[in-house]
Amino acid sequence: MAYLTFKDFKSDQEVRWCPGCGDHAVLAALQRALPKVSQALNYEKERYVVVSGIGCSSRLPYYMDTYGFHSIHGRATAISTGIKVANPTLTVWQACGDGDALAIGGNHFIHAIRRNIDINIMLFNNQIYGLTKGQYSPTSKFGAITKTSPYGTVEHPFNPGSLVLGAKGTFFARSLDVELKLNEEIMTAAALHDGCSVVEFLTNCVIFNDGAHKSLSDPALRADNTIILRQGEKMIFGKNRDKGLVYDGKKMRVVRIGEGGFTEEDILVHDAHKDNISIHMALADMKGPAYPVALGVIRDVKDITYDDGVRDQVKDVMVKSRIHSMDELLHSGSTWQVQ
Amino acid sequence: MQHKVIDTKDVVIRFAGDSGDGMQLTGSLFADMSAIYGNELSTFPDYPAEIRAPHGTVSGVSGFQVHIGSGDVNTPGDFCDMLVAMNPAALKANAKWCKPTAMILVDEDSFDEAGMKKAGFKTENPFTELHVEDRTLIVSPITTLTEESLKDFGMDAKAVHKCKNMFTLGMACYIYNRPLEYIYQYLERKFAKKHPEVIEPNTKVLKDGFNYAANIQAIANTYTVAPAKLKKGTYRNITGNQATAWGLLAASEKSRLPLFCGSYPITPATAILEELAIHKSLGAKTLQAEDEIAGICTAIGASFAGNLAVTTTSGPGLSLKSEALGLAVMAELPLVVVDVQRGGPSTGLPTKTEQTDLTQALYGRNGECPIPIVASHSPAHCFDAAFNAAKIALEHMTPVILLSEGFLGNGSEPWRIPAMADYPEIKPPFVDGVLEEGHKFYPFERDPETLVRRWALPGQKGFEHRVGGLEKTHEGVLSTDPANHAMMVAERAAKVQKIADFIPQLEVDGPDSGKLLVVGWGGTYGHILSAVHEVRDAGRDVSFAHFDYILPLPKNTAEVFSRFEKIIVCELNSGQFVNYLRGIFPQYDYLQFNKVQGQPFLVNELVGAITEAL
Repeated sequence: MAYLTFKDFKSDQEVRWCPGCGDHAVLAALQRALPKVSQALNYEKERYVVVSGIGCSSRLPYYMDTYGFHSIHGRATAISTGIKVANPTLTVWQACGDGDALAIGGNHFIHAIRRNIDINIMLFNNQIYGLTKGQYSPTSKFGAITKTSPYGTVEHPFNPGSLVLGAKGTFFARSLDVELKLNEEIMTAAALHDGCSVVEFLTNCVIFNDGAHKSLSDPALRADNTIILRQGEKMIFGKNRDKGLVYDGKKMRVVRIGEGGFTEEDILVHDAHKDNISIHMALADMKGPAYPVALGVIRDVKDITYDDGVRDQVKDVMVKSRIHSMDELLHSGSTWQVQ
Repeated sequence: MQHKVIDTKDVVIRFAGDSGDGMQLTGSLFADMSAIYGNELSTFPDYPAEIRAPHGTVSGVSGFQVHIGSGDVNTPGDFCDMLVAMNPAALKANAKWCKPTAMILVDEDSFDEAGMKKAGFKTENPFTELHVEDRTLIVSPITTLTEESLKDFGMDAKAVHKCKNMFTLGMACYIYNRPLEYIYQYLERKFAKKHPEVIEPNTKVLKDGFNYAANIQAIANTYTVAPAKLKKGTYRNITGNQATAWGLLAASEKSRLPLFCGSYPITPATAILEELAIHKSLGAKTLQAEDEIAGICTAIGASFAGNLAVTTTSGPGLSLKSEALGLAVMAELPLVVVDVQRGGPSTGLPTKTEQTDLTQALYGRNGECPIPIVASHSPAHCFDAAFNAAKIALEHMTPVILLSEGFLGNGSEPWRIPAMADYPEIKPPFVDGVLEEGHKFYPFERDPETLVRRWALPGQKGFEHRVGGLEKTHEGVLSTDPANHAMMVAERAAKVQKIADFIPQLEVDGPDSGKLLVVGWGGTYGHILSAVHEVRDAGRDVSFAHFDYILPLPKNTAEVFSRFEKIIVCELNSGQFVNYLRGIFPQYDYLQFNKVQGQPFLVNELVGAITEAL
């Protein structure tokens, strides 16, 4: 098989997101990650299906030269599930926004995670409804002033990571639109994960919520306000790489290396493959100003997948059953002859 | 007193009791046994929405009516020849269904003060109070007799009382000269593995009930219903929901596409999902979704990926699926949506039957969004209707709504088993082979004859394309161009209308032309047929046309209508089909006869309506 390049995944459609929108960077990262995934897994281009719901980010399938399905608001996860169960040899990528996946589509989202269906969900979280021009979303910060909350919201946001892990998700990663290299890496990791992968991209909406993630994306602040987790590496962060995370059995703590008796030895080593969910939960929950926001692959564990389960059960019953055709079924059980 | 055995053409028996009394099982056993004996039959379960409604109350009464005959049996019967009432509430709820000549069997033990009070009787004599004192009354202490029968088994009272239904079944078997062997075999088959301990007591109670009936004075006569002259072949009993599931499986075999069913449990459609879940050996995949919307959306995804996709539901579920149905219309993907209709609106009467979702099926979506509609007309016909619905969906690249009804889904009838060799192959319009270098696949390019687009499946090299809910050009490019939208709206509608070239013509039962044409659709078929025959047998000029295809209508519809002086449309709603016909063929006058009580028609009331129309 000839190697695929990012050009193979670019469609001839004009990309119509606003200049400066964070979605451009995620699309580019996907187009760069898929050739690598194809090489690693020996996947042909025609095996990819890109599914979406409704919203700005859901236009993404039109920009990918793959099979694609731009569906209806909130339902992408259900459509993806059907595609994967119907043909498990396909590899399904899904683009959805915070309103699409967590408000109108919240039910499908948690149930896909619970079932551990082998799809890859890219959650574009800009904390706002963009395509309807600026209403608050389920991830908008408490008090956010938007068109439908002119005096500020009076409701708490979801933390998508907590939601995924609460539903016993087997893969969760988080990144920022501007982290180009990290995005490619975690998309590849998501593709290699057998099961439901959720990757949250904190994206910037230049028009309706500009700067929502500024404390993380600003190059001057990023090193102190985020921590990039890498498998097997110490959880150290900060401009001077002098801060680290320790876990006291109940709670995550930020410590300064060399202060308060903490040495580099005491700093946690990241293990996304660890089955125990509590540290992953604590990492996903971290937010400023007390904590850095965790980026990278937070959790990546093995479990049986729904699509394998369905396929194996069909195979198993086929072997055990005596009924293999309609005629056999029609004549099974209680029948009688009329002469 | 001389015991007489009387031959009779047909008999209707209604088993009624508390919803925990096992009346559905008793009735089904009587029906199955009669089918094997060779009778024609039709059944009608009539049960409350609650699993175990308040004990002893009228609202908690569960009934099962079975009509057996030596000739044609088209309906479960209006009124019964025998009523079995396990408690006062069952008598109260069902006395009105007794023929003047009916026999009424009651469990005397349940007619104590408390039981009478719960059922709301005001006097001490329930029979007089209900004006049925002149019927043949068999008042037997069934509870005591069952206890006596099982006294050596060391069973607790609850387990003993569960066998009461077998005592009454034994009595019914004596009265209608039914051999007990079938029931013995059933008990063996059903319980040998898991509960072998219940076989012996049930068998004993059944036998004791039979012998008790033979010994008491109150039963002067017994009856026989001779086997019907059925067409030669192998038969089985089938319910409408089971037949629907099997028809879909048959379509899967004939199209060589795996069946995918994404559904959410809902009364009275759930049995279709349950049935499909069993048949994994035929490659069927079932997904019990998190909600109705996920049911249809997983099915749409499966369709995109190349499965025969199905979602099954009832009225409230169809409402929830509306938006996704529009997506399937826009993406032009095959999909079968089965709606087993129940009483509405809202939660309505979940266990009762109606034809009130027709308007929703026709128009219940945003935008101009035509979907072919097929209707089942009897429990066994559900098989062909489901097969045909799937064939239309797959060959015309469209969602199809299959309208069934609670009455059909739960009802059963003997069915002459067809041979799959007699069913046509289903040929979806797949793209063929490999796309030549330099050529592009345009997903919404249409066959000039049928206006059907071609189907390319993910995984096929070179055919990568995008579908979705936004309006597109033939090339699959997003477009808000006014002329393009107008053209696509017209093409989607014309594509559905062209299906008329592939469905059978409307047939007329009776004279080809004349004074009155009775029109029906769906599950009212048997009742209307019986009524029309009764009126015609009385010497009147009446014909009958029944619609299995609602959208599009058969091509000869107007031509058939034109041959009659009058048309009367009978349906279980306030006039949904008749108003649809008025819109399409305004040149004819239509009379209408409607019923919205959550109950099927009575042949009686149809005879009245038809006679009046003449």
